[in-house]
Amino acid sequence: MTLLTDKELLNMDSLDKDFTAAFIDAGIESVQHCFQCGTCSGSCPSGRRTPYKVRQLVRKCLLGLKDEVISDDALWMCTTCYTCQERCPRSVVIVDIVKKARNIAAHAGYMAKPHRMTGLFVINTGHGVPINPVTKELRARVGLSELPPTTHMFPEALKEVQTICKATGFDELIGYDEETGELKPE
Amino acid sequence: MEIAYFLGCIMNNRYPGVEKATRILFDALDIKLKDMEGASCCPAPGVFGSFDEKTWASIAARNLTIAEDMGLDLMTECNGCFGSLLEANNMLKDNPEKKEEINEVLSEVGREFKGTIDVKHFAQILRDDVGYEKLASIVEKPVNLNVAAHYGCHFLKPTKEVGIESSAEDPTILDELIEITGAKSVPYKDKMMCCGAGGGLRSRDIDVTLSFTKEKLENMQAAGVDAIVNVCPFCHLQFDVGQDEVNKKYGTDFHIPVFHLAQLYGVAMGLSEDELTMNNHLIDASPALAKALAEYDKLATE
Repeated sequence: MTLLTDKELLNMDSLDKDFTAAFIDAGIESVQHCFQCGTCSGSCPSGRRTPYKVRQLVRKCLLGLKDEVISDDALWMCTTCYTCQERCPRSVVIVDIVKKARNIAAHAGYMAKPHRMTGLFVINTGHGVPINPVTKELRARVGLSELPPTTHMFPEALKEVQTICKATGFDELIGYDEETGELKPE
Repeated sequence: MEIAYFLGCIMNNRYPGVEKATRILFDALDIKLKDMEGASCCPAPGVFGSFDEKTWASIAARNLTIAEDMGLDLMTECNGCFGSLLEANNMLKDNPEKKEEINEVLSEVGREFKGTIDVKHFAQILRDDVGYEKLASIVEKPVNLNVAAHYGCHFLKPTKEVGIESSAEDPTILDELIEITGAKSVPYKDKMMCCGAGGGLRSRDIDVTLSFTKEKLENMQAAGVDAIVNVCPFCHLQFDVGQDEVNKKYGTDFHIPVFHLAQLYGVAMGLSEDELTMNNHLIDASPALAKALAEYDKLATE
């Protein structure tokens, strides 16, 4: 008796050609050069401690296994350390593949709340890590301006960042509620 | 020499001693740091780069146009900001279609990316523009500590695009910059490994991040170092705040003080723990600073 089930069999219907094309169209032609040697996975610090398998991810992106790729939490275990890409004997731009897959995942709604919160901080303050009272005091104590000369000090500059996030639709992507300045309830 | 000084987020909004040390160091080196008024987050590559390339490139390009308007190359001392800004700058310089797409967004705020400046890392400027000889001349109090150099990932990689070192397997730039201060850069296992914070992982899954950090701390401790020296405020935060988190999670007792390279130069220039805001770090830096001072006094009296 075979251990294979229909579910585990891949056939042409499982493949989403548009998903593969998205990588090629984005200039990541090198996804096609991968010969699955596994140098990437062997080099990956995240793969040593999580289910993240970068060699498999590259293969799935090339095959067009869109749903498997974008619904997998492991996609977000990459720290973008580039060790895989540096060592790849086929010069595949692996980190670009990871980021492209994440872009497609995010646009399909796969976004973690803490990441959406970082987006929210940038829309509200211009900074992913905004100033706090302790640091204001520290800055003043060492003779720096209490607020750094960034969007923190220049409200019109913050407005520009907000206009950009609106123009690209980033505010809608992360579910930003302009009325409350918070994330819309999920 | 003048340079547009890109602050970012974590340095200026959490570890202002790094900014303070940098301003004093560059004063001593006769390099004018010009503030980039109204600059924002680079933006954070782990979230913005992962969620939406167009938004990431547009916010990065807006920051780049501030330096372009100043007519100056841009300097950052954060690997994350460096990676984001360098990658966006290269992408928009090399790809006319992308440039047009992003400039359409920027036109909404009356800006245009032209591609007239370069993005440089703090450590790169110290090596290539200042030079080791001049750097050595500003060291007043050699820092006699054994330290673990932590390069971080986006300082050198991807090496083909960044070009600071030809390979990231066995680089020397940070070790050389450390040793000019009198400190010794000690080899340790898996020195080039990531701190665990990048790519949005720290906010996505802190347990995975801390397991990276713990491994690095074990390897550093096994080498018997007095301190960690980094060139990235995010790695800096990960080794400072993250070290405390590792201790709480694993019941360990790591206490390796964390210096940004600018702070190490601050110590070498005789700045106090207070000026470097090192007394505000979670991991107490005073034992390392006391050791450095004692060694200095010992050598001075010999």
